[in-house]
Amino acid sequence: MIVADPKPFGQVKGYLENFERILIVGCGACTTVCLAGGEAEVRLLASGMRIAFGRDGQSKTILEDCVQRQCDVEFVLPVLSRVDNEKIDAVVTIACGVGVNFLADRLGKTPVFPGLNTTFYGAGMEPGLWAEMCAGCGECMTALTGGICPVARCSKHLLNGPCGGSEKGKCEVDPANIDCVWQLIYDRLKRLGRLDDLQNIIAPKDWRTAADGGVRRTIREHLYKLR
Amino acid sequence: MSDKSVMKSGSNLERVLTSGHFAVTCECGPPKGADVEHLQKKIELIRGCVDAANVTDNQTAVVRMSSIAAGAIMVRSGVEPVMQMVTRDRNRIAAQSDIFGAYALGIRNMLCLTGDHQIFGNHPMAKNVFDLDSIQLLDVVRTIRDKGTVNCGDPVEGGIRMFLGAAANPFADPFEFRVIRLAKKIRAGADFIQTQCIYDMGRFREFMKMACDMGLDGQCYILAGLTPLKSAGMAAYMNKNVSGISVPDEIINRIRGVPKGNQAEEGINILLEQIGQVREIRGVAGVHIMAIEWEERIREITERAGFLPRP
Ligand code: SF4
Ligand code: SF4
Repeated sequence: MIVADPKPFGQVKGYLENFERILIVGCGACTTVCLAGGEAEVRLLASGMRIAFGRDGQSKTILEDCVQRQCDVEFVLPVLSRVDNEKIDAVVTIACGVGVNFLADRLGKTPVFPGLNTTFYGAGMEPGLWAEMCAGCGECMTALTGGICPVARCSKHLLNGPCGGSEKGKCEVDPANIDCVWQLIYDRLKRLGRLDDLQNIIAPKDWRTAADGGVRRTIREHLYKLR
Repeated sequence: MSDKSVMKSGSNLERVLTSGHFAVTCECGPPKGADVEHLQKKIELIRGCVDAANVTDNQTAVVRMSSIAAGAIMVRSGVEPVMQMVTRDRNRIAAQSDIFGAYALGIRNMLCLTGDHQIFGNHPMAKNVFDLDSIQLLDVVRTIRDKGTVNCGDPVEGGIRMFLGAAANPFADPFEFRVIRLAKKIRAGADFIQTQCIYDMGRFREFMKMACDMGLDGQCYILAGLTPLKSAGMAAYMNKNVSGISVPDEIINRIRGVPKGNQAEEGINILLEQIGQVREIRGVAGVHIMAIEWEERIREITERAGFLPRP
């Protein structure tokens, strides 16, 4: 899933100073799961804004919405019509950055502002804790590393083993919070009886499949041709 | 190293090592700016004391004069540099271009490193590159040197000769992987190795034994890294704050046991003993003395260690 964190309240409020009718839109997918941008967070942010602007002596209309997924056109269409019909003059989305872009591409003259900072593709480790697992490099190489990703989970994206800063299983960048992924890979390959694999030199990665190759898109021929 | 009669770079360091001498290198950190005079002073301090001196590449991710430029100034001054290059700040395009430039300016030794993460430096907000890791960089330079092609396979116009080094840290984890990694670096092209600074002699001996058992000492020259401790404070700091370095209590206590004014002396005494110890270890082909911002003591250290005059 995509993980995101709420932006500081004051930053979001700052975006909205000059607007009157504001719609806050949440997303029922990833940002609901990571407790940053679902229905509950929409309600919280909206009432916070009402109180904060009220204190400033400004009466703004703050409206709320939450769709199943902000990254799919069918779910986003109702938001677009609502913006038109209800004369909304600014939208705040608390979906991930995909939602922000997807709305901005479709919202004509109405400005859209991000309410979250989108951080990474990760997994829920335990209640309240998410950790980065994949960087979407476009050429998954985890078959070589026991299923554990050095691209996303090594602070230096090293492909040939741990740097000199790996100590007691921790990464030098933040030993209190980051595991050295190469220790994890080492331990895992050892359990799999594949330690010999570590002797192979992994060639420099071809980054064309990652964002370095330009903006990416994916086509499923069988569906796309039907149009 | 298989064929000692063919010099890969013609560098002084290569000559010293291939002719069987115990090599001595040190470090010469470029200034945090364009202060050439300061660099010249450091160069004079080490002249004649070492076979080559490492020019660090924005060490600990603190911005300094580039190792290529500082290395070229050393070449001009007649003291041989080992140009360090980290992959943190340059992708494979910049790295290869810089290597051609360094060679054109007379640099004949280089040390391929991944580099400290920028979080430790003075620009922790910077974007890092790490397009290559140190092992891949070794292979890229070796390919340019031996096959005459850049990473994509295109031929180079005018080849390079370069004596290729890499670092090894016997004190990081997982310990058993450290020798495998050393072997990978050698297979990727390392002609010589400089180790992380050694304080835990027992662990270093164990590391060297594993390396020799795999025959690695016959495939490249291993220089033992040593850093003199200036004070008990520095010893405790390095032990606590530098990942991958552990200073045994025994050493910390020994320095702590002498009055403040004499601690630097004691640090140098310890270093000289360590030099004696590593010389006895099978497979050690030289020492790399990293006297951090202490170039003024290099002459005394090498003199007292019996390293002068250099071959
Ligand atoms: S190798 Fe690439 S695709 Fe696979 S997990 Fe890592 S970043 Fe994701
Ligand atoms: S300590 Fe481990 S995870 Fe951290 S940068 Fe080094 S190899 Fe990568």
